[in-house]
Amino acid sequence: MNFLNTIWRNEKSREIIVQIFVLFCIGWILSWLIANVDANFKALGKDISFEFLFIPAGYDINQYLIDYNNRDSHLRAGIVGLLNTGLVAFFGIILATVLGVFLGIIRLSKNWLASKLAYWYIEFSRNVPILLHILLWHGIIINTLPHPKKALNLGDLTFLSNRGFYIPKPLTENGIELVYLFLVIAIIFAVLFFKYARRKQDLTGVQYPVFWINLSVIILLPTIAFFISGMPISLEIPALRGFNFRGGMHMSPELAALTFALGIYTAAFIAEIVRAGIMAVDKGQREAAESIGLKPSKVMNLVILPQARRVIIPPLTSQYLNLTKNSSLAIAIGYMDLVATLGGISLNQTGREMETMVIVMLIYLSVSLSISAFMNWYNNKAKLVGR
Amino acid sequence: MSSQTYKPGSYPNLPPPPGTVGVYGWIKNNLFSSISNSLLTIISAILLYYLIDGIIGWFFLDAVFDADSKIECRKIDSGACWAVITRRVGQFVYGFYPEVERWRIDVSFLTMFVAFAPLLYPDIPKRKWLLWFSAIYPVFAFILINGGFFGLAKIEYSLFGGFMLTVILGVSGIVCSLPLGIVLALGRQSKLTVVRTLSVCFIEFMRGVPLITLLFVASSMLNYFMPPGTNFSILVRVIIMFTFFSAAYIAEVIRGGIQAIPKGQYEAADALGMTYWQKTRFITLPQALKISIPGIMNTFIGLYKDTTLVVVIGLLDPLGIGRAALADTKWNGLSTETYLFVALFFFVSCFAMSRYSLWLESKLNTDHK
Repeated sequence: MNFLNTIWRNEKSREIIVQIFVLFCIGWILSWLIANVDANFKALGKDISFEFLFIPAGYDINQYLIDYNNRDSHLRAGIVGLLNTGLVAFFGIILATVLGVFLGIIRLSKNWLASKLAYWYIEFSRNVPILLHILLWHGIIINTLPHPKKALNLGDLTFLSNRGFYIPKPLTENGIELVYLFLVIAIIFAVLFFKYARRKQDLTGVQYPVFWINLSVIILLPTIAFFISGMPISLEIPALRGFNFRGGMHMSPELAALTFALGIYTAAFIAEIVRAGIMAVDKGQREAAESIGLKPSKVMNLVILPQARRVIIPPLTSQYLNLTKNSSLAIAIGYMDLVATLGGISLNQTGREMETMVIVMLIYLSVSLSISAFMNWYNNKAKLVGR
Repeated sequence: MSSQTYKPGSYPNLPPPPGTVGVYGWIKNNLFSSISNSLLTIISAILLYYLIDGIIGWFFLDAVFDADSKIECRKIDSGACWAVITRRVGQFVYGFYPEVERWRIDVSFLTMFVAFAPLLYPDIPKRKWLLWFSAIYPVFAFILINGGFFGLAKIEYSLFGGFMLTVILGVSGIVCSLPLGIVLALGRQSKLTVVRTLSVCFIEFMRGVPLITLLFVASSMLNYFMPPGTNFSILVRVIIMFTFFSAAYIAEVIRGGIQAIPKGQYEAADALGMTYWQKTRFITLPQALKISIPGIMNTFIGLYKDTTLVVVIGLLDPLGIGRAALADTKWNGLSTETYLFVALFFFVSCFAMSRYSLWLESKLNTDHK
């Protein structure tokens, strides 16, 4: 008895006992779950195998970035879905960032009316579930936009209808290589000039208008190349043929609704993050910068933003991640993303719930773990060096 | 050079310069302080005018509140056709819960406020007595809503729906996920390697996958993990998934709170000879929870909003009822009205929750500012 008491009173040995006990409990629960799965599968005559990935999927996907038809395998259907997830996440992130930063700045503006408008926009948008945003936008596009025959015509170039949006498609012709080449040269120049200007400023204090010079170089050089090589880019303009439009680029109602909904919903969160980030910079920083005579734009760019960035980037990344995960709700309106292809139709056709869900979850998990690894790296890098 | 002297009271006090105070001064300072600011005001005002004009017209003035079908609506007026809502308002609130038994939902909903009051407002009179009621409320509500005891008719889960289902899912998810979240947060900060690793794995897994895949698991796979023959309600399975999902997020929020506590607090507790559980109970949690209130409330609001996802696995929450209404040929195409109505419900409840969180934050703030 005394001996047991001694073991329990000793911190080291007590920790080991507790850990062994926890491990034992978890192992017991896991083995119970696995035994249950085994028994259930035996009773149903099922097994676990991933061979279904290589048999023909047999269903159509209305939007694909790589070639796909219904004789391709389930694996390829899944990849098409994954690319579609990436596509909508990409558009959504751009829209959300632009709108969110804009709203965040408006929210901080001294103008009472504009600030209040932004406030109510943010409150309305983020207090309504994302699924409702998606369904609402989808409904608006499907039910209120006109048929293709009476499509809203924007300058004879872009057409909005209930079958989706049609925008001109740039076609490249011979000689385009020169434009690409000049673009690459311009970008290399911009990077080098940026580094040079920064070194110069560190050493001598001389400042160049880096942004404007780089912008004009990046725009001018390819434009010159464009004219030298005989204008090798033309636009394919969508035109009404029969009941629908042909030619140009087509954005389906589902993709458009998802992009708007994800962008508008996430923008509200990003706006709050931007606002909080800017407000987190100590008031004294701004006052000090103003008192040494920096212009308002310099105060913002050189003093406030570099410090706000440290606060803004981590939650911003996690909003991007949320947006990507939320895009899985696409299944509610029939956009064929990863969950709708592999976790939806493939699951129903092959009856392999276990395998498809494991693959889908692993893909999302690896994306989000790699993003959080990036975030940790950034946090360590951006951390204030203190004692 | 002559020196000037000033004796207090020898001159009358002058009013502040015109245009710096009062309504005029406020407008000048806040709306028209510079050219760009004035421009912004004018643009905002125009935007606001069109917004209000359009909203009032479509929502109220030109709207139809009672009609038999969409076509009839359109014949009467050009605005919103709210008839799709007014004709099914019972379903939107109670789902398919039998009409004669609906008083049971009303009673449990109203008593819910009594049960939550002592938890939400610490200063309420007779708090001790009310807390007893809070403790038995879950059993009370379960018996009342589910039935099967004391002569109350048993109601099938498949009849649950509408806003009532949202509130049931949301409240039970919130109530269950807070304790689990606290345990996970403590586990993640634990010295014991096994406990820490397990907590990290659970939290990262739950945060890494979309909720909808977890709901698919709940609806199609969870039965595989149970002994053959067990069959428990989809509602319970969904609540379990919601609890796990938001517990992982709450754990991360609370971990932030725990890490924000100055090290001196622990050292002081150790110096006083406190055990781990005493330290957790009296030092860590009170401070960590206070810091993490905004984050916890945000997670709750997120969970509440996420209850709409159950429509994807076929439960009839307000969105499911709405979609069923839209599938009716009479109401085909009235999606904007239906979804806006549901959106309004969510806006009101979520906005109220976020206001409460702000109030609680300022009440518990003991900083000397």
